[in-house]
Amino acid sequence: MNTSSISNLADKAMPEPSTRKAEAPSARNSTPQFNVAMAAAGEQNATPVIVEAEKVDLFYGTKQALKSVSIPFHQNTISALIGPSGCGKSTFLRCLNRMNDLIEGCRTEGEVTLSGENIYAKSVDTVMLRQRVGMVFQKPNPFPMAIWDNIAYGPRLRGIKNKAVLGEIVEESLRGAALWDEVKDDLKKSALGLSGGQQQRLCIARALATKPEVLLMDEPCSALDPISTLKIEELMRELRSAYTIVIVTHNMQQAARVSDTTAFFLLGELIERGASAKMFTDPSDKRTEDYITGRFG
Amino acid sequence: MATAPAPLPDSPSPVPPKYQPLASSSAHLRRRKLASTLFYLLCFSVTLLSFFLLAWIMSGIFKQGIPYLNQQFLTSFPSRFAEQAGIKSALYGSVYVLCVTAVFAIPVGIGAAIFLQEYAGDNRFARFVQVNIANLAGVPSIVYGILGLALFVRALGFERSVLSGGLTLGLLVLPIIIIATQEALRGVPNSLRHGSYALGASKWQTIRRQVLPIAMPGILTGIILSISRAMGETAPLIMMGALTYVAFVPRGLRDGFTTLPIQVFNWTSRPQVEFQAIAAAGIIVLMTVLLSLNALAIFLRYRSNSRL
Repeated sequence: MNTSSISNLADKAMPEPSTRKAEAPSARNSTPQFNVAMAAAGEQNATPVIVEAEKVDLFYGTKQALKSVSIPFHQNTISALIGPSGCGKSTFLRCLNRMNDLIEGCRTEGEVTLSGENIYAKSVDTVMLRQRVGMVFQKPNPFPMAIWDNIAYGPRLRGIKNKAVLGEIVEESLRGAALWDEVKDDLKKSALGLSGGQQQRLCIARALATKPEVLLMDEPCSALDPISTLKIEELMRELRSAYTIVIVTHNMQQAARVSDTTAFFLLGELIERGASAKMFTDPSDKRTEDYITGRFG
Repeated sequence: MATAPAPLPDSPSPVPPKYQPLASSSAHLRRRKLASTLFYLLCFSVTLLSFFLLAWIMSGIFKQGIPYLNQQFLTSFPSRFAEQAGIKSALYGSVYVLCVTAVFAIPVGIGAAIFLQEYAGDNRFARFVQVNIANLAGVPSIVYGILGLALFVRALGFERSVLSGGLTLGLLVLPIIIIATQEALRGVPNSLRHGSYALGASKWQTIRRQVLPIAMPGILTGIILSISRAMGETAPLIMMGALTYVAFVPRGLRDGFTTLPIQVFNWTSRPQVEFQAIAAAGIIVLMTVLLSLNALAIFLRYRSNSRL
């Protein structure tokens, strides 16, 4: 597997959205076995580790929000982070692209490596880092501009000005986010006119346009209806062939459906981590079991 | 003590209190409705009152001023003969002074607001500056006149010129621009800033491409309010020594000047009745310039809003 993100995107075999839609129900039914197979593969370290957190401690002022969290993320896998509100899973996610730097009084200790390089090293520029590690937020946050300009935003920041090149990236990214067919005639219209689900896919497309290696998703479906959620889950499965995805979710069914591995957080600590199939059927920690069976949380 | 597994209640099982809907009595309801109506009438009448007061003043001014408002009035210099008096030098003076004010205060004000809101963070220095700017906005305008006299006219040697007047008014409106711009920047949702950073934007790219365009309508409102304020100010300019009788159009930044409100003030202090009417004509000119500035601002706001 080529580690370069750009060739990843080019290599990506993109099924036609129309055929994908038709297959949706059957694809959904077959997910559990699919996940088991992939999870097993993940356990055997079929793909190399791309992002690795090692003994990450994080403090908001004096309050410790993360306690020595270590997780490796393998290339081309989907990893879910679950746990009750305030357990630190979103905070941990934001460590992976240093979005926590924007929060005043937030201090991170430990190491997070991206392709072997510590992203908290002095020499690392957050601008460069965030080009390689894209992020999708909980609430869709399209920029108040045209759909086309939203997608072209990231490439333009890097100085790409050629309209033809940008146009290609826009189409490629919107197709990648399964939104092209719905918006291809309205690219000049405001992104704020889209529905919630479309806005979130637009945000995914916007992140894809910067051709990242890793995609972080912070509860991307929590503001969406079940049909939009389903679309985004399908999309994530598709994107896995080209990207490494880390998703925070409150929805345990969602974690079970889409992820290869799951990590359970509680009060800033990583309690248990493993293949999703095992986590949701046979967790080894009592607290994990209590949480996923709905006894608390 | 009793060890009965299920102790029998001494009294018959408690009857839940009878459910009583909390309906108002009809008298009470009538009182509430009456209070509602009275409040509505009060609001309506004060609105009407302020409208009529304005209409009364305006009609008085128009009745007096319209007869004198002709091309000759706009193209003549002031004169001690009422029928020859014109407002040309004051009109030009006001426009020149406001240009200096705008060129100085708008970039400095917006820059300071961006620094305080986006860069400074929450430290002691930023809070100190913040409190002082808020205080400056409340300083009487005549104090700015004294400052302008000491700083621009004397210390920097700009004399009693368009430059001194413009800069003095610039200082006067600077806090207003800063506060309005900060307010507009604060209104930009953080989710957009974070969205931009997450795509690998630098701080300046985020401010330039997201924050400023979204804050623009608010910033424009602040600018236009402050320019209108500067336009109507008389005291600081008289304090720093603007001329009251000017029979020429300023040709440069170092020339003496007068402005519309100073000219109006000058005319109203004359004993002759004709000059009262000329002052009214001057007020009409002043208000026309002000209202067209406001119209421009509304147009610009509309345009930057409809960009979305």
